[in-house]
Amino acid sequence: MTSYRLESGGLIDRQSRLSFTFDGKRMLGFAGDSLASALLANGCQLVGRSFKYHRPRGILTAGAAEPNALMTIGQGGRTEPNTRATMQELYQGLEAASQNRWPSLDFDIGSFNSLLSPFLGAGFYYKTFMWPAAFWEKVYEPFIRKAAGLGKASYEKDPDTYEKAWAHCDLLLIGAGPTGLAAALTAGRSGARVILVDEQSMIGGSLLSDTARIGEASATDFVLTAKAELESLSNVTILTRTTAFGWYDGNVFGAVERVQKHVAIPNAKAPVERLWRIVAKQALLATGAEERPLVFGGNDIPGVMMATAMRSYLNRYGVAPGRQVAIFTTNDSGYALALDLEARGIVPVAIVDSRAGGNPAYTGKARIVKGAVVSDAKGGKALSSIVILKDGRTENLKVDALAMSGGFSPVIHLACHRGGKPVWSDAEAAFLAPQQLNGLQIAGAALSTGNGIAACLSEGAAKAAVLVSEMGFACTAASFGAVEGDMSARPEKPLWSVPGVKGKAFVDYQNDVTRKDLGLAVREGYGHVELAKRYTTSGMATDQGKLSNINAIGLLAEARGISPGDVGTTTFRPFYTPVSFGALAGAYHGTHFQPVRKSPLHEWAKKTGAVFVETGLWYRSSWFPRDGESTWRESVDREVLNIRKNAGLCDVSMLGKIEICGKDSAEFLNRVYSNAFLKLPVGKARYGLMLREDGMIYDDGTTSRLSDEHFFMTTTTAYAAGVMNHLEFCAQALWPDLDVRLASSTDQWAQMAIAGPKARTTLEKIVEEDISNAAFPFLAAKEVSLCGGQLHGRLFRISFSGELAFELAVPAGFGESIADALMEAGREHGIQPYGVEALGVLRIEKGHVTHNEINGTVVPGDLGFGKMVSQAKPDFIGKAMVGREGLVSADRPQLVGVLPLDPKTSFRSGSHILAKGAAATLENDQGYITSSAYSPHVGSTIGLALVKSGSTRHGEEVLVWNGLREEFTPARLCNPVFVDQANEKLHV
Amino acid sequence: MASLIPCPHCGKRPKEEFTVKGAVLDRPAADATPNAWMDYVYLRDNPRGRYDEYWHHTSGCRRWLVITRDTATHEIEASRDAALARE
Repeated sequence: MTSYRLESGGLIDRQSRLSFTFDGKRMLGFAGDSLASALLANGCQLVGRSFKYHRPRGILTAGAAEPNALMTIGQGGRTEPNTRATMQELYQGLEAASQNRWPSLDFDIGSFNSLLSPFLGAGFYYKTFMWPAAFWEKVYEPFIRKAAGLGKASYEKDPDTYEKAWAHCDLLLIGAGPTGLAAALTAGRSGARVILVDEQSMIGGSLLSDTARIGEASATDFVLTAKAELESLSNVTILTRTTAFGWYDGNVFGAVERVQKHVAIPNAKAPVERLWRIVAKQALLATGAEERPLVFGGNDIPGVMMATAMRSYLNRYGVAPGRQVAIFTTNDSGYALALDLEARGIVPVAIVDSRAGGNPAYTGKARIVKGAVVSDAKGGKALSSIVILKDGRTENLKVDALAMSGGFSPVIHLACHRGGKPVWSDAEAAFLAPQQLNGLQIAGAALSTGNGIAACLSEGAAKAAVLVSEMGFACTAASFGAVEGDMSARPEKPLWSVPGVKGKAFVDYQNDVTRKDLGLAVREGYGHVELAKRYTTSGMATDQGKLSNINAIGLLAEARGISPGDVGTTTFRPFYTPVSFGALAGAYHGTHFQPVRKSPLHEWAKKTGAVFVETGLWYRSSWFPRDGESTWRESVDREVLNIRKNAGLCDVSMLGKIEICGKDSAEFLNRVYSNAFLKLPVGKARYGLMLREDGMIYDDGTTSRLSDEHFFMTTTTAYAAGVMNHLEFCAQALWPDLDVRLASSTDQWAQMAIAGPKARTTLEKIVEEDISNAAFPFLAAKEVSLCGGQLHGRLFRISFSGELAFELAVPAGFGESIADALMEAGREHGIQPYGVEALGVLRIEKGHVTHNEINGTVVPGDLGFGKMVSQAKPDFIGKAMVGREGLVSADRPQLVGVLPLDPKTSFRSGSHILAKGAAATLENDQGYITSSAYSPHVGSTIGLALVKSGSTRHGEEVLVWNGLREEFTPARLCNPVFVDQANEKLHV
Repeated sequence: MASLIPCPHCGKRPKEEFTVKGAVLDRPAADATPNAWMDYVYLRDNPRGRYDEYWHHTSGCRRWLVITRDTATHEIEASRDAALARE
């Protein structure tokens, strides 16, 4: 016989039928069912195969700790593997599939592993797959990976949305069982802001599965009354389907709300999951207790179930586990189940009680076998019989379901997330939460497993009253009527080793760790709890040993002859149960994770035909292909030659721009740059070098003085944010006495470079002021009127290309029209747009450095900027350390140019420099190419390099060596300036 | 995962808005000894317990703060604007 649905009872809506499939087979359930209860109601007890031995497995629990009933839910991008059937609410059209079986759940080839089990014990992989070493990657690992593993994730994009939210409250209640409800009613009535979270679809916790009566009402009616009152209080927020998964610094709790995991097609306007960060003044942990399995032979056969889980299926879901039910218990929990079964007309065939005493309060009809154990359960895909061992004699009993209870462990995970260690209590026979936690208290069965419903109600109410009273709310503890019919279990002496076991006795169901494996770990010297965990993998599965850890610790303690308290626990860490990557990512994926930054000239570049390249977050125009050009090099060469002959326009808006104002701005710049800025005249720009305190160059750029107390700084694109942070640090933390204010204006200006011999004649058409060489010489900077005075912009005579060049900044919104006007103005002069590729070629030809050269290892002297390190200034960032011995030595890597001996040959950036005739070894390394490009001006590849003593080696023949591709290019070191070494073009 | 940093200007804000720079040290005078400069640039204490650090409210008011926190418990004891902390 199998499990089945009872004629009546349960918190299910029998009018609302839901159809679903399991491994393609259509089944029916009711609204209010979990997937697990619906499967049991359909007589489906075999729901999965175990991880290592592929043993048939059934449903063990009715909650979050479920290790066996893991399924893949959903289709396509909504596929979710390893879903616990006990936590999945049933919905119309749900599609569930079993895992870790092939070809089918019923006939699984992998189950032959069971026959090999004598060889597959703990440490099997470590001992077996050791040699030959070469086999690991190609043979062993692919084999193991194929055989192991549970559900498979989908490669398809998740179509749903997720979000993150913050919440703040006076009192956070974790768990909405009797303790949490009493606390919520108490604190809620006082007006305190209360958040009540529970992982189930409805509040009530264990009361939903209980037959006790509270103040004349059934437990369920009590819950419904409490729910109505709490919902009427605007200061109380109830978050159901929400798992509080972690406790973090500052009394912040992480929780994940499964907003729409119980519907077939989620509403696209709402997230499917929401990640909460809850800031609580105080929190009360009311998470109850977890029942422990018993470790006897065949304790994993479908049909074996936790006693409280069986009560849940009976009372909450109206599902009976079988017709011939036995109960194996070490405490009173088994008797409570027996009474519930009898109320449903199922008299247990036996209650096997490990205690000689047993429960005097039990008045039922079941046969009680005291001082006995179930040593073995038998059956294949379904339980068929059990072996009872009493006083050395065995008795076989035919059963189709077996409930077990090995006592209870408080659920204290969250209380241990911030470093506190659980404390063993002999009286409780359990690990209890650490004492004196700041901001978190524990109540109910989570504090002591002996707390029954009445104790939970009064303790929850009392603790909540104290906590909110201390915050200043007028509060008295809520009181509830008498509790009747509660048979909560007192702590009893635990039973770790069941005597007489013949079959496989599982400790960790999900990772297939048996009692024997733990014994082996102790014998082989891995008895320490942390070592045993890793040696046997006990507690390392997705359930993190919620059921198994306590039994593993008990068995280790027994084997080592010490107390479980001396064995200790492994560390509790978030998350309490698995949290999806979707919830953790929230909305931050795709462009919300990496936003796209577009220049104000983006649309201009796009319509002008730019090919874009991503640089950091920016989209920059890299070149502007024309008809007939088939390679990017053709376009870039044309753009470069045209600038040197006519003119070009380039978008440089992404350079960092910082406005610096205040009386002490000049002094401030003098301290952050290595060269002098104090006396920079109004109307002038200057190239500046910014060092780090260790003397290395940090960034470079030009800064212009627009008025006495107003400077305009540009930074490199990559370091725009970093330089701003750095300047703010200098202004606020180092020299708060200086009167200086900083504002980033990168996004406020559209900035364009106009370069080439025809740049001035082009600009003159739209700039009102005289910009002749005499009136506006090299490095001039000033505000100008544009287009008949309709607009003002900033004009700078600076040049990155080495040509006569200007940079014009206009308010961002006018960028496109000014760029259009300049292109129109320059058309007769042959102006063309150019991109960052051409910009790169032009600057390499001119020997200008970028962060390819300023790579964090160079000092100004290395780049020929020795004169830009002021000797006269009393102080600036980097002054004290830039002169260190190692940074001024003659064999420093120094900037040089590199030219191939044969212009038809080339080399790549990153290649190393070897002295002529030297062997290609790293010992002979003389430096490396930092930048290279094909120069249409020179007619060959050219490069910049940092080479030992490079500045004194111009003319020397070297070998350029690319060790990755084994390329060798004979070349000559030279002056790093390939164009206009006398700088005449800048000054025309 | 989450903790809150008290900013003297903005109140308690998520730590993701901040950037930590490291130890609060007095910048030596320009003519201080090379050893003083080596200590300032490279040498850091690694205390268990109370520690003063520069934090930048990068995604907030953009002020640099001096945060006093406990490296063992992560408790924050004090938070001041860096400009005022020097006085």
